[in-house]
Amino acid sequence: MALPRSFGLGALLVVLAVLPAILPNDFYLDVAIRMAINAVVVIGLNLLIGYTGQISLGHAGFLGIGAYASAILTANYGWPSAAAMLAGAIGSGGLALLVARPILRLKGHYLAMATLGLGIIISIVLVNEVALTGGPDGMSVPNFSLFGFEIASEQAWYWVVAVLLLGTTWLALNLIDSPAGRALQAIHGSEIAARVAGIDTTAAKVRIFVLSAVLTSIMGSVTAHYLAFVTPTLSDFFHSIALVTMVVIGGMASIYGSLLGAVLLTALPQVLAGLEGGETVVFGLILIVTMIFLPRGLVPSLALRRLALRRRRA
Amino acid sequence: MSITRRNSLGAALAAGFAVAMAGPAAAQGPVRIGAVLSVTGPASFLGDPELKTLQLYIDQVNAQGGLLGRKLVLVHYDDGGEAGKANGFTKRLLDNDHVDVIIGGSTTGSTMAMIPLVDRAQVPFISLAGGVEIVEPVKKWVFKTPYTDRMAAERVFADMKQRGLTKVALLSETSGFGISGRKQSKLVAAKYGITLVADETYGPKDTDVTAQLTKIKSNPAVQALFVFGFGQGPALVTKNYAQLGMKMPLYQSHGVASEGFIKLAGAAAEGVRLPSAPLLIADKLPAGDPQKKVVEDYVTAYTTKYHEPVSGFGGDTYTAFEIWVDAVKRAGSFDKAKVRDAIEQTKGFVGISGIVNMSPTDHMGLDVSAARLLEIHNGTWTLVK
Repeated sequence: MALPRSFGLGALLVVLAVLPAILPNDFYLDVAIRMAINAVVVIGLNLLIGYTGQISLGHAGFLGIGAYASAILTANYGWPSAAAMLAGAIGSGGLALLVARPILRLKGHYLAMATLGLGIIISIVLVNEVALTGGPDGMSVPNFSLFGFEIASEQAWYWVVAVLLLGTTWLALNLIDSPAGRALQAIHGSEIAARVAGIDTTAAKVRIFVLSAVLTSIMGSVTAHYLAFVTPTLSDFFHSIALVTMVVIGGMASIYGSLLGAVLLTALPQVLAGLEGGETVVFGLILIVTMIFLPRGLVPSLALRRLALRRRRA
Repeated sequence: MSITRRNSLGAALAAGFAVAMAGPAAAQGPVRIGAVLSVTGPASFLGDPELKTLQLYIDQVNAQGGLLGRKLVLVHYDDGGEAGKANGFTKRLLDNDHVDVIIGGSTTGSTMAMIPLVDRAQVPFISLAGGVEIVEPVKKWVFKTPYTDRMAAERVFADMKQRGLTKVALLSETSGFGISGRKQSKLVAAKYGITLVADETYGPKDTDVTAQLTKIKSNPAVQALFVFGFGQGPALVTKNYAQLGMKMPLYQSHGVASEGFIKLAGAAAEGVRLPSAPLLIADKLPAGDPQKKVVEDYVTAYTTKYHEPVSGFGGDTYTAFEIWVDAVKRAGSFDKAKVRDAIEQTKGFVGISGIVNMSPTDHMGLDVSAARLLEIHNGTWTLVK
């Protein structure tokens, strides 16, 4: 906490740069790529949930919009990959803008319900528009190409998502310490007090909702091109829950917590894969134990504990 | 790329030892069979019998001394029905576990997500999913054993045509299975002179479909009803159909070919016709049937080991595994390219899914006759002749 901002970013940069050299094969690189993709989405979601206190149980829907915009526009209509990705981001941002005002007026459970509904509607559309999306069986996605270069190998994708992750982390760290970020945290503390202090709370909430939707949509496009195949499970309710779980486990209102949450929850299924069906039980146990003993999430809880320890010594 | 790095590292290490010793030692190691199956999640009814069948027959081969003198080891992962996970686990099988063959992809979505990787790594891949797009167009390394939903629809339409029923109402489920079935049914109906005069759908979790059935019932043109769905839905449709006192012949898809359907639908299931692999009627197959022995052996082995009824999905897995074993024996090696060629040359192989005749243009090798037409009679299956 007391460390300067550049230290954390520097550490992340070093880890990302060294990782490909020490990972034994492409499978590990694949897991690292998935971690980074999730981390970017979770950072965006944490800005909304952790910092602003507005819960969203429908973010996988935006992931779906981005993924399917890229899939449909490049595969069926021959759009350039970057244009398709941009179209998805604009579509997600537009939808978020459209629903943000009525939805973000709601609080607590009602807000959760409304975002839940939004996510489920998107998922149902993707499942049922068979002619366009291929239905539940999904559809293939061409490789991502830009200026004649194709990104196809794990190595290439790793560097792309590593840059995206570094950029997002830098952006998020700057945002939360800016006046706009302070405003968001004030809304979390008390919306009435924030309004009294002269913050346009509605506009601030709408902006952060749109930002996280756009970020999620872009990562949806990346996922689609990277996996070369999309199915609607990407956008379903359980994926939304998984994303929120990453935010909560890693730590609400903590950028590095988001990173840790994404890394842990992406790695766990792989680590537990050998447990012959017991993995869901172990997975659930880990979640329960974390929530009981580290209720603020890993990074904030541990930071507090270290702070308390230092105070006791002093 | 990493493989070359590993190889060079291995070569450097091996340089310390006698190279001649390392060669045969590696050749005697176990053969690794990779599998990505949906053992948990919404498609677990597929993955569970598939995994059990694989384990059963791999153990059997090992108990008999292995294949070409080498033991078989199963490396399997559960994708929970998610294509994204299937894709990741396939990378793990190929890059980390270095498997010699991959069996699986319980669902069409998972299989399609695995295909680009298998193609690039050049490993024989036998899918257990139903979708036509897996083998059309033909992909060099990809094979499949279950017959497609298109063939199921064709089998049903052929029977309707024989009975003079040409105006048919289609009622399909909005699940992957139902949606694909609806698409294929509409595609092949005309070939059998069938006109689909109604096209209704229901959700896989619906608790009542009387609205759709009433609409179909009041349509005077409808001569027969064809339901394409899986699990509880079709049983519910059958019950509602009986409650409404509907009299038109009712056809179901191969999705209900399990004992569970008869239990759920009860007396309402009387007279329902459906296409199925011969697995469900093992004891009723005529003595001269070429598949009788294979099917009966499988049923005995599976029920003795697991004390539960067999399902068609396990049967398809048996066929996939045995085709690979057969191909390895004919190729006389585990070399991936040679085994692939041998699989493609499979001719007259008697499996549970049917008699398999592969070719460079057909990587499934089944024709419409693989599906038998059954009728439910007094709470059990009978073969329609």
